[in-house]
Amino acid sequence: MTPLAPASVHLATPGGYLLVLAVTLPVLGVLAMLVVAPRHARQVALVTMAAGLVTAIAIVAELIRTGTALTYVVGGWQPPLGIALRADGLSATMIAMTAMVITATGLFARGLYALGPKAQDGRAPTTFWGLLLATWSALNAVFVGEDLFNLYVALELLTFAAVPLVCLDGRAETVAAALRYLMFALLGSLLYLLGTGLLYGSYGTLDIQMLSRLSEGGPALSVALALMIVGLLAKAALFPLHLWLPPAHAGAPAAASAVLSALVIKAPVFLILRLVLDIAPPHAAILAGQILAVLGASSILFCSVMALRQARLKLMIAYSTVAQIGYLFIVFPLAAGNEAQAPWETIAWTGGALQLVSHAFAKAAMFLAAGVIAEAFGHDRIADLGGFGRVLPISAAAFGLAGLSLMGIPPSGGFIAKCLLLTAAVLNGHPWLAATILAGGLLAAGYVFRVVDRALATPAIALVAQKPIPRRLELVALALALAAMLLGFVPLEPFGFLQLGRSGAMAGVAP
Amino acid sequence: MSLASLGTATLFGLCGAALAGIGLFIVIAHAGLLRRIVGFNILGAGIFLVFGAAARRGAAAGFSGDPVPQAMVITGIVVAFSATALAVALLQRLFDLTGRESLDAPAASDKQQAEP
Repeated sequence: MTPLAPASVHLATPGGYLLVLAVTLPVLGVLAMLVVAPRHARQVALVTMAAGLVTAIAIVAELIRTGTALTYVVGGWQPPLGIALRADGLSATMIAMTAMVITATGLFARGLYALGPKAQDGRAPTTFWGLLLATWSALNAVFVGEDLFNLYVALELLTFAAVPLVCLDGRAETVAAALRYLMFALLGSLLYLLGTGLLYGSYGTLDIQMLSRLSEGGPALSVALALMIVGLLAKAALFPLHLWLPPAHAGAPAAASAVLSALVIKAPVFLILRLVLDIAPPHAAILAGQILAVLGASSILFCSVMALRQARLKLMIAYSTVAQIGYLFIVFPLAAGNEAQAPWETIAWTGGALQLVSHAFAKAAMFLAAGVIAEAFGHDRIADLGGFGRVLPISAAAFGLAGLSLMGIPPSGGFIAKCLLLTAAVLNGHPWLAATILAGGLLAAGYVFRVVDRALATPAIALVAQKPIPRRLELVALALALAAMLLGFVPLEPFGFLQLGRSGAMAGVAP
Repeated sequence: MSLASLGTATLFGLCGAALAGIGLFIVIAHAGLLRRIVGFNILGAGIFLVFGAAARRGAAAGFSGDPVPQAMVITGIVVAFSATALAVALLQRLFDLTGRESLDAPAASDKQQAEP
């Protein structure tokens, strides 16, 4: 038994209540939806989104103003008995990104999941809104959680909200895809829970800050972290465990795919980042980082090739998601800290965070654009889409711009991210990782240009849209793609905001 | 070493490990989804027993048991129940739609229906 730190590790900050708001506002929205008539569900969701966006902006502003992490200690009970919520620079970035993507998706889905004045009752068409808000709440809970068991509950809430999103339209394939997703996710969360139990049994606390101050690691710590990371990998769909993702993300309606691909899989990735960087003892972190990097590199290469071979647009984008997730895992060896530099002061850390955010915007834009294309032509077979750029120029532009970010062509967020990672790989002497980053970029160019080529083609018989598409849908996708581009103007250096709230953790690490 | 000399916490831990192993085997080795769902529940029960062992071992401080893992187990049971309910509902829908109860269906026919 390791004695617990007597002093309180978490001091509540004045802005801490904002974190509670970020988690509870969407839940209040869901509850309100159950009370009001189904036809008002959309208004409730849109109002909640406005409030949630304001909350996210307030969290970022408060973090910049105070320069330290926001902390809220639930009920005033200090860990290990109580639960703390904490948002540092990375968490606040995630919260802001989530709020923006969810709001954009909401604006996209506004016309799609609404009850017309003729429809009398039935909550089925408006289920989407409840699930969207539930997903949002669970995501925020993951990003601000400090207690590993509380994070388990948040992860499960995320799964329960995300799985029905996959099978919203109720077709047999999507139900099967949802079940496959649920099987992987459940196995992942049970492995995570087992790790949590082992950690509590050994150290008597599940608070990430307290665990990060442990001076010694033991076999129990290694086994627990290994179980938790493998469980989270199943949820994050890294290479050997990615089988569930393509059918699930490709089968879901466009708005749901955007949220699933851009945000939901980022939550387990974020937790792996925290486990490896905050809790794992240095030697174990190096080993874990190397294994994760090998898996990430295989993910990039294998799934990029799979994306090239897909005949359907949405399946291609889904495989591209697995490939892009791989980049987040090659960050680990590149960001390995040393005496002079903590991990979060390296350029690879900034690159990884930028990759996370720019992929979220670019992938949401791509899925929404693909949704518009599939809606307009009634299918998404890439080969038969010749000349779609003439019919839907804005969607084609959104797809192309998002593609630039995935490939890593300047000026885009993806370019800065991949450039930072590449520089870090070369400087730290990882030639294979550098080669993988370059090869991944080339392969991404291959699958994006396949679609862009179709967009610009002039087929013998001109393609006509089967039904009119409101301009607003296309503009939302374009706005997200432009956001991914704008990230390209972030300076090429370790980014101060991401380090907020990190120095305190550094001071607590035993020499 | 006889069974009695093991102590309650060790016995709980070993039982938990055995249940988790059985559950994991069912989840991985069986294709039938209903079996897998049962397997998840057995795996979960094993993990809850490990929590129980942790609660007993943490009782050295003079308490008769550490209440925190018990609170976690209760929460975990609620979560596991919801997960089972969701999985069974989805499986029921899959069965109603296709008449199969596993995911290893002839994927080729699905693809042909979806392709044209």
